[in-house]
Amino acid sequence: MSDTGNSIVLETRDLTKHYGGVHALEGADFVLHAGEHVGIMGDNGAGKSTFVRQITGVEQRTRGEIVFDGHPVHFSGPLEAREAGIETVFQTLALADDLDVPDNLFLGREMTRLDWLGPFRLLDYKGMRQATLDGLKKTAVKIPNIKNTIRNMSGGQRQCVAIARTATFHSKLTIMDEPTAALGVQETAQVENIIRTLKEQGEPLILISHNMRQVFDLVDRVVVFRRGRICANLDIKNEDITGEDVVSYITGARTQSGHAEAA
Amino acid sequence: MADNVHGTGGQTYDHKKRAWPPEIGVFIALIVIIVIFEILGALVVGQSLLFDTKGRFDGPLGIFNVARLKIMILQVSIIGIIAIGSTQVIISGGIDLSPGSVVGLTAMIAMSFAQVAEVNGLPNPKPVFGSWAHDIPALAPIVVGLTIGLFAGLVNGTLIAYTRIPPFIATLGMMVFARGAAKWWTKGEPVSFPTESYATIGSGMMPVVIFVALAILFHFLLRNTVYGKHTYAIGSNEDAARMSGIKVQRHKVMVYAIAGVLAATAAIVLSSKNLTAQSGMGIMYELDAIAMTVIGGVSLAGGRGSIIGTVLGAMIFGVIISGFTFLRLDAFYQEMVKGIIIISAVVLDQLRQQRAAARA
Repeated sequence: MSDTGNSIVLETRDLTKHYGGVHALEGADFVLHAGEHVGIMGDNGAGKSTFVRQITGVEQRTRGEIVFDGHPVHFSGPLEAREAGIETVFQTLALADDLDVPDNLFLGREMTRLDWLGPFRLLDYKGMRQATLDGLKKTAVKIPNIKNTIRNMSGGQRQCVAIARTATFHSKLTIMDEPTAALGVQETAQVENIIRTLKEQGEPLILISHNMRQVFDLVDRVVVFRRGRICANLDIKNEDITGEDVVSYITGARTQSGHAEAA
Repeated sequence: MADNVHGTGGQTYDHKKRAWPPEIGVFIALIVIIVIFEILGALVVGQSLLFDTKGRFDGPLGIFNVARLKIMILQVSIIGIIAIGSTQVIISGGIDLSPGSVVGLTAMIAMSFAQVAEVNGLPNPKPVFGSWAHDIPALAPIVVGLTIGLFAGLVNGTLIAYTRIPPFIATLGMMVFARGAAKWWTKGEPVSFPTESYATIGSGMMPVVIFVALAILFHFLLRNTVYGKHTYAIGSNEDAARMSGIKVQRHKVMVYAIAGVLAATAAIVLSSKNLTAQSGMGIMYELDAIAMTVIGGVSLAGGRGSIIGTVLGAMIFGVIISGFTFLRLDAFYQEMVKGIIIISAVVLDQLRQQRAAARA
């Protein structure tokens, strides 16, 4: 965790967030390498989502450093993070129900013509439609009619639309915050397949999940949060670690050596 | 991995299940209302509402009663201009109660810059300003009027976007304030005797021309520009819009500012048409405008609706007003029926939403 090599996509040092007196996140040191899929686990309120919100600029950190793509970054908002190449699939779906698929993919960064018209610049519907079809193809997401509004889609389709943004915008890092929490079995399988597709394509990913089976199926490494601190960093692909081990870290029965004891 | 696993989970999309655009429903409602008035007309007064039964057949619209059609459209076009503003405000998930009062205030002040120096060879009996403001080009009152509307809209938008006051309250405050300011401007006296150039703005069918031109412009803006797309996005899911990087606060200010400018436009057209401005002008206009919008299928929940719908809503309004006059019924029946239609439109919208929620 010393020097930033080329292979490190994201690194946080001493990342800390206090809400008033509540220490939601305390001194998080975290590294993500190129092409790596990392799972983040932990109980509710352990600091997982807080951690993600600091990285994506949804909130401003109290203290600490974030190095993304070789540069220290300080995103003032999610759009900046997105422009830098961090695509986030939020726990609550950030989709506008009354708009269709291309509209949602390009929300906030529409393809436009006549840009000198400022806020009244014209939408390039054709270009966005084509880019949407390409993005859906890349993630192998099938949506029968992209002109359909999100309101008329199933939960799985909605989640796929949210994830398809990643492929459409060639992001450097994808973060998913419990992407299958609200989905049925078949829809979950669909989302997991997209995650595997991203892995094959060498796209790095941070996956927040409560689903032990899913984490063991999909990711290379698990980072466990407890009470705002990282309490374990587990190489589940190469070491002999079971789900029970992970649970014991989550519940606080064990703390990995080298990590601070949760307060 | 088998390819079919990638298939869509849950319900599959069915072309046949695709809901009709609500505008078609509104159009059908318009036709139904016209048919009802035609039947009542034949039974009660022995005349047709829209069609020429005297066999004149003059001009390309010869089969219609052109005179009544003109009046019908003319009487809704000024409130229609306000309704264009209400449409985009409601699509963005807000509401604007101030346009009626903004009409009153703007009409008073704009008219003060449009007065003539002499009336029938005598000095203007009721000048607001000294001679410097007399007989100046109509551009001056237009610019002054639009600026006032813009300013009122900016205040509305800023309050709503940055202090998080509910739109209902913020614009209610502006509604009361602007009405008061309209009365204060001349201590309640009307402002009259506009210049000839100012009087042409709202003369003849000009209100209709302005209404239609603005409707086409805003139809295009809402459908084909980033401004329109973000307006729908904010009304549909404000959090999603914010997370997508849309500058929600700035956008809301813009939406209300534009609504203010449209209210001011209506004020200029109205005062020009009436050749006078009074502090009581435009009372209840905002409610009629909101009613046209809602009847036109714009959802009060935000995110859905169109200018086409609102124009159809305005036409339903026009038909009802003309229809009641034509049947020689008193105005209070008209208002009662208007009320029933507004409630029906909102109930329909609720049902549509529940159906959509059940499908999701």
